[in-house]
Amino acid sequence: MSKDQELLESLASGEYEYGFSTDIEMEMAPRGLNEDTIRYISAKKNEPEWLLEWRLKALTRFLQMEMPHWQSFDLPEIDFQAISYFAAPKKKQLNSLDEVDPELLDTFAKLGIPLNEQKILSGVAVDVVFDSVSVATTFKAKLAEKGVIFCSFGEAVQNHPELIKKYLGTVVPAGDNIFAALNSAVFSDGSFAYIPKGVRCPMELSTYFRINAMNSGQFERTLIVAEEGSYVSYLEGCTAPMRDENQLHAAVVELIALDDAEIKYSTVQNWYPGDKDGKGGVYNFVTKRGICKGNNSKISWTQVETGSAITWKYPGVILKGDNSSGEFYSVAMTRHHKAADTGTKMIHLGKNTKSRIISKGISAGKSQNSYRGLVSIGPNAENARNFTQCDSLLIGDKCGAHTFPYIESKNSSSIVEHEATTSKIAEDQIFYLNQRGIDTEKAVALIVNGYAREVLNNLPMEFAVEAQKLLAISLDGSVG
Amino acid sequence: MLNINDLQASVEGKEILKGISLRVNAGEIHAIMGPNGSGKSTLASVLAGKESYEVTGGNVLFEGKDLIEMAPEDRAREGLFLAFQYPVEIPGVSNINFLKTAITEIRAYKGLPPLSSREFMNLLKEKQELVELKTSLVNRSLNEGFSGGEKKRNEILQLAMLDPKLAILDETDSGLDIDALRIVANGVNKLRTENNAFMLITHYQRLLDYIVPDFVHILYDGKIIKSGTKELALELEEKGYDWVKEELSVQASHSL
Repeated sequence: MSKDQELLESLASGEYEYGFSTDIEMEMAPRGLNEDTIRYISAKKNEPEWLLEWRLKALTRFLQMEMPHWQSFDLPEIDFQAISYFAAPKKKQLNSLDEVDPELLDTFAKLGIPLNEQKILSGVAVDVVFDSVSVATTFKAKLAEKGVIFCSFGEAVQNHPELIKKYLGTVVPAGDNIFAALNSAVFSDGSFAYIPKGVRCPMELSTYFRINAMNSGQFERTLIVAEEGSYVSYLEGCTAPMRDENQLHAAVVELIALDDAEIKYSTVQNWYPGDKDGKGGVYNFVTKRGICKGNNSKISWTQVETGSAITWKYPGVILKGDNSSGEFYSVAMTRHHKAADTGTKMIHLGKNTKSRIISKGISAGKSQNSYRGLVSIGPNAENARNFTQCDSLLIGDKCGAHTFPYIESKNSSSIVEHEATTSKIAEDQIFYLNQRGIDTEKAVALIVNGYAREVLNNLPMEFAVEAQKLLAISLDGSVG
Repeated sequence: MLNINDLQASVEGKEILKGISLRVNAGEIHAIMGPNGSGKSTLASVLAGKESYEVTGGNVLFEGKDLIEMAPEDRAREGLFLAFQYPVEIPGVSNINFLKTAITEIRAYKGLPPLSSREFMNLLKEKQELVELKTSLVNRSLNEGFSGGEKKRNEILQLAMLDPKLAILDETDSGLDIDALRIVANGVNKLRTENNAFMLITHYQRLLDYIVPDFVHILYDGKIIKSGTKELALELEEKGYDWVKEELSVQASHSL
């Protein structure tokens, strides 16, 4: 084994930096999944009858569905009856940060989540989801001035039921897949954003998610509606504390862009990936989809996925409006025994619709990294265009990279392009950087960040810097 | 500055360097010439610390320190620079970011704070003119899509920015047209001081028309078989490497 190889391995075994848990009193639903659980959650959240009905229908769908078999990794057995479906910090209804449990604030500080003056000064409204209930929301007033609604999902159900009723489940129907059905039945909380007609959201909207309660899967639900001619950029970043048991995270995100509207959704995901022997770690099974409902609308997904034991998601765009466009920029990094099966779905329905897919996979350790993507051109999608670039970078010789592109075209005027490359970090590249005084660890971080640059450039500035550090830290343990 | 003593090295069990001794002092320029396969590039790689080369005997002192014991990055930080024969491309890593990282690392090793952005940019601008490298290239990804000549000039730009004590130029002249050769040579001549030294590894005499060496060594079959001054290079150019081989066999028969 070469020296570089050894270093790569030692890097790959770096321990998770954010592995700690917070001891806060939790209110938990009894374990198990049945109608009573749903009624308990719905009652706890004081929900209207129609929403309870919606949940119950989703439960029925869920119980009828089977686990998929087409994925490229071994799906672990999940005992849905062993999960507690509602967990919330006991103190609730806070008016200001001062009222937030100091220990919780301390946790956020450890994570480097700047839920404080600095962040406020830098103009980011943060809606913190700690397990299931939002505990703090800042900058609401400023957003309200513009008519922007940004609040927890639970609040939205209480205060804007007409919007929720109109849009909930319209992009990701409850029966879309088994995890979406589960989420629809038991979702606890999440975020809701509504940008009125012609409004350019004055700040980046940002949410940090964190899983904490033992045995409580997290079932977030996010809904973003951008009215005609509006614009919003939404950031989502996450870390989770170290746990021995696997934690299921089955979120649903729905984006709706009306005529001339634009939604940019960025994710940096760094959940606990499990230790170097493959023990523990989060299962990140998320359904994310947007619809360009109006003409000339645009939805852009950017994701940097460095964490989780298994990452399984395909943020997609339904291009319904004419001249609408969808983008997907992804960096997915796997190490240890992790697996990622991720990509996108671009569904072209309208005329002159465009999509662009840039996927950069990085595999290290003994991990398996798959890109799976669907580009579908409907019969009415005259002159639809797609460009896909799908690159894989291998670090070490025990990992794998796989690409599964699916292309379905039902319109002969469409143009679909697919480019793919697979490369290894060459010893020559590392030696070249060594020879300029840069040690191997930094050299690998530099090479990987260079490789991912096209994607990182699409993140909002402050996020891009964090993401670069995150890649370097993750490499620290993995590859670099 | 550099003291190579009976250096032997092999690659994958095959012995390439068979006992090289060479002394380079500050202010000197040494040319190492030799036919293909004589071990010239191996010597450069061994001095820079390339992992696939195994040192099987002898030693090398650089400024009094044991060079062979040092990691490649520490050799660089101590002031040894290798201009590569085939510079690698690193996509997505900008030349500027790379240079800044390298300078910061080397300065940190010496206990110096990083250069400010302004200091760095001023330095870059100054050195860039030395090698006549366009700003658009400096802003691009490291060597990506550069022509052969641009890559070589970029090596000299790095040399100028890092300001090493000893610079080894491994066939920097190969693949260069006459203009690029002039630019590269001009850069080296301007960078030459009493305190630094250069080792030019080359196949042809051509480069030595532009950079005049103090010493010329002929490497053949892993050994330095002849050393002299710049006249030796001319003689070699005129008579060819066969002449060296013949001389060698004559010597060999004499010693029998």
